[in-house]
Amino acid sequence: MSAPLLRVRDLATHFFTRAGVLKAVDGVSFDLSAGEILGLVGESGSGKSVTGYSLLGLIDPPGRIVAGSIRLHDQELIGLPPAALRDLRGRRLAMVFQDPMTTLNPVLTIAAQMQLALGAHERVSARAGRARAADVLTRVGIPDAARRLDAYPHQFSGGMRQRVAIAVALLNRPDVIVADEPTTALDVSIQAQILAEMKALVRDLGTALIWISHDLAVVSALASRILVMYAGRIVEQGPTATVLRAPRHPYTGGLLDSLPSRAAPGQTLQQIPGLPPTLAALPAGCAFHPRCARADVACQVAPETTLAGTRGWRCHHPLAEPAP
Amino acid sequence: MNAPFITVTSVSKHFDPQLSLGDHIAGVLGGAVETRAVRAVQDVSLELVRGEVLGLVGESGCGKSTLGRMIAGILPPTAGAVAIEGAPVMAGRRPARKRTTRVQMIFQDPYASLDPRMRVGDALAEGPIVHRLVSRAAAPAYVAGWLRKVGLAADAAQRYPHQFSGGQRQRIAIARALAMQPDVLVCDEPVASLDVSIQAQVLNLFLALRHELALTMVFISHHLGVVRHVSDRVAIMYLGRIVEIGPADAIYTHPQHPYTQALLQSVPQLTLTEDVVTSFKPIDGELPSPLAPPPGCAFHQRCALAEPRCRQQVPLMRDVGRQHAAACHLLPASTDVPSASAR
Repeated sequence: MSAPLLRVRDLATHFFTRAGVLKAVDGVSFDLSAGEILGLVGESGSGKSVTGYSLLGLIDPPGRIVAGSIRLHDQELIGLPPAALRDLRGRRLAMVFQDPMTTLNPVLTIAAQMQLALGAHERVSARAGRARAADVLTRVGIPDAARRLDAYPHQFSGGMRQRVAIAVALLNRPDVIVADEPTTALDVSIQAQILAEMKALVRDLGTALIWISHDLAVVSALASRILVMYAGRIVEQGPTATVLRAPRHPYTGGLLDSLPSRAAPGQTLQQIPGLPPTLAALPAGCAFHPRCARADVACQVAPETTLAGTRGWRCHHPLAEPAP
Repeated sequence: MNAPFITVTSVSKHFDPQLSLGDHIAGVLGGAVETRAVRAVQDVSLELVRGEVLGLVGESGCGKSTLGRMIAGILPPTAGAVAIEGAPVMAGRRPARKRTTRVQMIFQDPYASLDPRMRVGDALAEGPIVHRLVSRAAAPAYVAGWLRKVGLAADAAQRYPHQFSGGQRQRIAIARALAMQPDVLVCDEPVASLDVSIQAQVLNLFLALRHELALTMVFISHHLGVVRHVSDRVAIMYLGRIVEIGPADAIYTHPQHPYTQALLQSVPQLTLTEDVVTSFKPIDGELPSPLAPPPGCAFHQRCALAEPRCRQQVPLMRDVGRQHAAACHLLPASTDVPSASAR
């Protein structure tokens, strides 16, 4: 196997608040290959978004990356001076956020914003900039792109705005795009359009994509591999199809069982009891043990990741491997 | 079939732009002032039998929440009426007021629907005391009973909403609605803002309460899987109109309207039995503006099967199966009722 494009090891991002140290991300490791789509799944507070922000160095005080390593090709990103990070952001690593209305500047035309994004990394004439902007907008499925360049964000619908945000991320042909719940705010029919387009874009451009979402079905539609996060840690990882068909971690199993499609209509859904833990008061040992039917005394000690081939899980009592 | 419990008779809701004097002048002088009304709901008729759960599905802007609010009696229709057992839910003129406590509503965002400065117990007791369902003295015990019913500890009454998680707040909102002893609950995206693992807990609560209290429910959601799970019948809305309505099973397994078919296919579904894990197929185009709905069938611009008549005539609802109706020109009707507008 070739060397991974992005190599994350033992990443820890903590927030130093008056309520104590919140370990939002606590020892996350994964690899990302060129052109790969990786799904990052978790509930709110699981640390999935903070992991994404950490990759781009977008952690503001009181948060801080306290340990770990993020290597893009052979360059270590943690500890880079802000100017060097700024140069990488947008050019090598780009981000798409959940809400396109707050991503785009409401008082600038689309052309002006895209010109700024281009100009941050290279000298481009206005004419060449417009041509490139129109080209990328066409790629993300905006009809009549050349004319729409002079429109303002409010003149676009939600789905079109998110397409513009994706186009801005694509402008400088980054190696990695981190997309944080980019379709959560959109309607199902628009979500499907954007998912289909992202899949085609990644295939055509060879960009690697990290897709952060709480929706297992959406992630499974895109990602070849998924990481499941719970309370700041990756509790399960592996190829999407195998993880979803035969989860090893009880949390992944519980999430799948609680989907309405898993029960006959009108029947009681399998539910995970209790609430996700708050980061200020994480249970000792495995953070999932208070909600887990399989927990026993062993779970008072945090489990290490068990690796088996392409899969991995953090559990003392994993669910049974399915019969081959 | 039982007599209808809730009847919705040709309701429409148009929102006129609130124009200032300046806007009017600018409009006369040719300025870009929006003077068209938003036609949120157009000529919708429905009947619900007692104890039934009707799912209302559609994309944002299709009018499902507006219709839900009119059924709940908190938004007067521009035309048409909603009645429970023949008694209108709203009456009076300018402004029409809600006339019944038999229908209550649960909203999407439990952070916005609870007063942050009111103790949970007070929020739950306020309505029942005003409507004399319970005396002030008996209120604490009454409130505690409802809190237990939704799975919360009775001491929750002493606390404030910010001390609860999203799922617990939604339980409080449910208890507050139930404390009014309604027959009908209108739930507008009640689980949309909750995490997946909490969503299942709240859906289970709805299912249990529905049977225990014999509630009739209108369950509004854009999430097709959730709606299928809780509903007996499902209505699909598109641009202010119901385009298909029928038993949940029939809608999901034999959708008749091209929009319903496309909508169902556009949702990524986890199908773990086959090699293909997830399949989905997007619908082309976007929802047209409700300011200027297209003539004829509102879906014709995005419909692969559209014919010339789809661009001219609004299709009428026709029966396509048992209790199953859809509004599409291309459907062979099992009992086609000829009318002036649809030959």
